[in-house]
Amino acid sequence: MKNKTFLALGIALLLLLGIFLLSLLSGTYTLTLKEIFDTFLGKGTKMHHTVIFGLRLPRIISAVLVGASLSTAGCILQSITKNQLAEPGIIGLNAGAALAVVLLIASNSQNYYDALGTHTILLMPIVSILGAFGAALLIYGLSCRKGIAPNRLILVGIGVNAGINAVITLYQLNMSKGDYNQALTWISGSLWGSSWQFVYMAAPIISLLIGMTFYKSKVLDVIDLGDELATGLGVLMEKERRKFLMLAVGLAASATALAGNIAFLGLLGPHIAKRIVGPVHRRQIPLAILISAVIILLADTASRNLFAPLEIPVGITISVIGVPYFIYLMAREK
Amino acid sequence: MNKKAISLALLCCIAAAAGLIVAVSAGAKNIPLQTVWNSLFHYEDILDMQLVRNGRLPRALSAALIGGFLGISGAMMQGVTRNPIAEPSMMGITQGAALAVAALSAIPRLYGLFGNTLAAFIGAALSSFLVLLFSMQNARNMNLSRLLLAGTALSTFFLSLAMIIAMLSNKSQELAFWVGGGLRTAAWHSVWLLLIVGGVCTALALTLSHRINIVSLGEDVAIGLGENPAKVRVFSILLLIPLCASSVAVAGNIAFVGLIVPHIIRKTLGGDYRLIMPLSFIGGSALLIWADVAARLINQPYETPIGLFTAIIGVPFFLWLVRKENG
Repeated sequence: MKNKTFLALGIALLLLLGIFLLSLLSGTYTLTLKEIFDTFLGKGTKMHHTVIFGLRLPRIISAVLVGASLSTAGCILQSITKNQLAEPGIIGLNAGAALAVVLLIASNSQNYYDALGTHTILLMPIVSILGAFGAALLIYGLSCRKGIAPNRLILVGIGVNAGINAVITLYQLNMSKGDYNQALTWISGSLWGSSWQFVYMAAPIISLLIGMTFYKSKVLDVIDLGDELATGLGVLMEKERRKFLMLAVGLAASATALAGNIAFLGLLGPHIAKRIVGPVHRRQIPLAILISAVIILLADTASRNLFAPLEIPVGITISVIGVPYFIYLMAREK
Repeated sequence: MNKKAISLALLCCIAAAAGLIVAVSAGAKNIPLQTVWNSLFHYEDILDMQLVRNGRLPRALSAALIGGFLGISGAMMQGVTRNPIAEPSMMGITQGAALAVAALSAIPRLYGLFGNTLAAFIGAALSSFLVLLFSMQNARNMNLSRLLLAGTALSTFFLSLAMIIAMLSNKSQELAFWVGGGLRTAAWHSVWLLLIVGGVCTALALTLSHRINIVSLGEDVAIGLGENPAKVRVFSILLLIPLCASSVAVAGNIAFVGLIVPHIIRKTLGGDYRLIMPLSFIGGSALLIWADVAARLINQPYETPIGLFTAIIGVPFFLWLVRKENG
């Protein structure tokens, strides 16, 4: 089992590396492998330097961070709701964050085609985390009736998601075209315009949260056994569930702050990982992180290049891949 | 029992009629009732009368018809699948229609050939065929959360594809209007479309109601009573497709009407679909007429998306329902 895990991790890592290179190479301005290595060694032209370090590298790192945090959040949610199909996008956490950001954009921009101001950019992660926590609080409060029934948590989440999306639509329609396009980025999830600023802000938070989840992964394993067994083994279910929900919210919010509302990514990675290495979180989470990173990077490369110079939000590309898989999972589960 | 049904029907009728009067006379420009009356029976070619006759009247009538169709299709779906959250927008039908509209509007030649409403109708029919085939067959084996998850997934999928098409043809905000739903484009030809297509289907659906009653008792009971549930399901799907398609073609994506109305009516009258279905029709009409009035009046002269109002009522209602079902 152990060998299999290392093998799987190794293969996933190699894949990630390959797609990392592919993503660096391809784009409106195509580079060659030699140019990339030269640039990394400090011998490239100024142009190459800008393309790699200014544009593509921060974007790739953002993608990996988003993939990592969403898949970890997915792992957590699937355990604490006892539903294989749970993930942060579907139960409205991402939508809460997106709504907060849309409100921020709507309240802060005056001119039609204005770029976002610096303080708006710096406020975004904070606001989106607040938004996700607001949504989580709403879901938790509404599904609380003599404790949390896992199934109810999901259903309430779907309802809250629908409600938040209706409010987002209202703001969307009242926006000018320029604002609308910026808001669209958040609503459908895109890595366009990632910069080092965002990466520096989000990377420490995300690594900390993932580290905490990983540290407590044994508790997640126990939760999987069911309420009675877990309580028998000395886990305070309500308390742990709340803690893990907090972690999931933090992760989903940071990911949304980086890239907007990306659905289904938190589903794909954990599931594929589980099929390969089994339901032990110590092994599942790292593999899920790598797989999700591969998926989002691949999807982002595709959305940048498929209809170039137009770009499709990566969240949309992922839904198009993710839903058929989701349906397949549902059909198989029967 | 019957007294209750009659009084409820009367109440809904009065609400709908009052709504129609308000819808025709109030707006960005308030028109006195006298003029409204004259524009119907002593028509002169002045602005106010044109407004009533060609703008507000068809719009209000469309709202009434669409609300009715949504109500009755929700009732039918819930009866046949025995699943309390079955409803066109929850299951991804309206979103599938949005995809079809986006796809057709991106091809100007086809678009010009079919016109807006007809294009939407064809698209909606196709997509509701696919969705219903998928989820109605599975709906009876699924518990609440599975059907809902499937619906959410399908609607995300359709909207994502629609978004790609809209972005490539630079029409994303137009698409958002469509997803938000609304009756801005309702005209006389949409009323005729609704009346002919939907009217026939509603009548047929009402004749089917006693068989839906039997199916709603459960698979085994229905077979025991000599009814073939699969057959009733197929008939229902065949009627639901044009009902959903014509509503979506005129008004876009309007959620929750088919969820709220049949539930309230079932709650007050019990599980007899011979009563639930016609009353859902009237109740849905009243609800949507008033929602459209609110959409026009609250932020006048601008319009607020009507889907927001149905969601404001629908989401809390849905949450309450979920808490109860899982209690």
